[in-house]
Amino acid sequence: MAEFLTTYGIPFAIIVGQGLALLVGLLVFTAYVLLADRKIWAAVQLRRGPNVVGAFGLLQSFADLLKFVFKELVIPAGANKGVFMLAPLVTVTLALSAWAVVPLADGLVISNLNVGILYILAFSSLGVYGVIMAGWASNSKYPFLSALRSAAQMVSYEVSIGFVLITVLMTAGSLNLSDIVRAQDGHYGFLNWYWLIHFPMFIIFFISALAETNRPPFDLVEAESELVAGFMVEYSSTPYMMFMLGEYVSIILMCAMTTILFLGGWLPPVNVAPFTWVPGLVWFVLKLSFVFFMFAMVKAFVPRYRYDQLMRLGWKVFLPFSLFWVVLTAGVLVGFGLVPHH
Amino acid sequence: MIVSAIAFYVFSAIAVAAGFMVIASRNPVHSVLFLILTFFNAAALFVLMGAEFIALILVIVYVGAVAVLFLFVVMMLDIDFVELRQGFLQYLPIGGLVGIILLIELFLVGAAWVISPEAAHVVAAPVPAFIDHVTNTRALGRVLYTQYMYLFQSAGLILLVAMVGAIVLTLRHRPDIKRQVIWKQVGRSRSEGVEYKDVKPGQGL
Repeated sequence: MAEFLTTYGIPFAIIVGQGLALLVGLLVFTAYVLLADRKIWAAVQLRRGPNVVGAFGLLQSFADLLKFVFKELVIPAGANKGVFMLAPLVTVTLALSAWAVVPLADGLVISNLNVGILYILAFSSLGVYGVIMAGWASNSKYPFLSALRSAAQMVSYEVSIGFVLITVLMTAGSLNLSDIVRAQDGHYGFLNWYWLIHFPMFIIFFISALAETNRPPFDLVEAESELVAGFMVEYSSTPYMMFMLGEYVSIILMCAMTTILFLGGWLPPVNVAPFTWVPGLVWFVLKLSFVFFMFAMVKAFVPRYRYDQLMRLGWKVFLPFSLFWVVLTAGVLVGFGLVPHH
Repeated sequence: MIVSAIAFYVFSAIAVAAGFMVIASRNPVHSVLFLILTFFNAAALFVLMGAEFIALILVIVYVGAVAVLFLFVVMMLDIDFVELRQGFLQYLPIGGLVGIILLIELFLVGAAWVISPEAAHVVAAPVPAFIDHVTNTRALGRVLYTQYMYLFQSAGLILLVAMVGAIVLTLRHRPDIKRQVIWKQVGRSRSEGVEYKDVKPGQGL
């Protein structure tokens, strides 16, 4: 029994502890990201944004949390109850579990999976289920239309995201996210990161990430002017909050992926003394916040795409171009003998 | 070891139960959702065997893409459940027969490995030795793009033909509809797009 405890019990307890620490940190960070999103949006429109709860509205997200939890839960009479309640759970669980393989700093990762990049791709592609299930189970027109749109949109943009990931992993020579960050380390600091050599892919990944997470200008899934609020119309109280939470957690995940794949993860921008003293986690969070700031700015000043423009951009612009870039990268790597070996 | 055995039985029990629910549940959408659960547990079994690449490809391709399209189609269909149930007994003998044949074949394959382990060495293309000490992504890549290059390429070609076939079957050329020509829209200049008119009060254009 004692042996069983040391082989399984203690490692299990450690993993649970790490998971809880990551979860709490992530949720608190999400609360402030949500606030930042609203503040940036307000600032662009010359408003003040949330500023009542706490100093500068810093506690706004927590007040919202309490409000959602104490509201009445309404389940529509015609809804398919089981699937209706399962949908928000699926969304939030999938969004949170993808974080298990994200390296926050060198060695600071819960599961250092060999195929981490595939794991992320798998979980972000499953995110569509929450939307489809919610749309169908609500048994109502707007959610259903929204579910159809989202299925088409998320499947379309996953293709180009897949090709972007392939270029990066070919250059790094590994599917492990920590190894991908390490492969970007070099003498020239931030010029070694992949945003420079794969600049077009960086742009494509950024835009596809917006589409994948249903952020404006690709928020046709929610499109409040046409579909009221899309698949969330029939949801209230805690389930609605879980959708919002899942959405923001996956947005932060996409920011983290941009940071890891193109902006050198936890690496300092310049490899000289004052910068290398700062811990990797701080650099990671700073870069992540910068990418999120870009996301928020796009939301604030880009008008929503039309549906056919969205599909055209995904299939006729991004897909051929990223395919071309995959071939080009492979050709350059093989032709100049740059294929990485581990 | 015992933990992985427990995990194996849990995952396979859920997979079998969910597989049964695929054909047993009344609502087709629930069937597809159970199918997804089955895929998931199959992926978990692959992980237990140390084949993490195949497990994640299973999730990405089948759960993330194929099952989404399944769900998409099933949700859009207006299915009469009563009518769907009627033919059940009628098709039971044929379905049962196919099931039994598959089961016997599976047993035959499994039994051949147990009875004569040397059968593994007489296969046409034995597994290369390096498989044991590289990650399975690398191992798969090495055999797929060397030994099985032509088979891999022909599989790709077959898929391409299937795709072309599907497009040819559903493509209709309709001359009477307006089409967007994107480069014309984007290439419009201010001088040809905007025209100034001096509108007199009370007259209009």
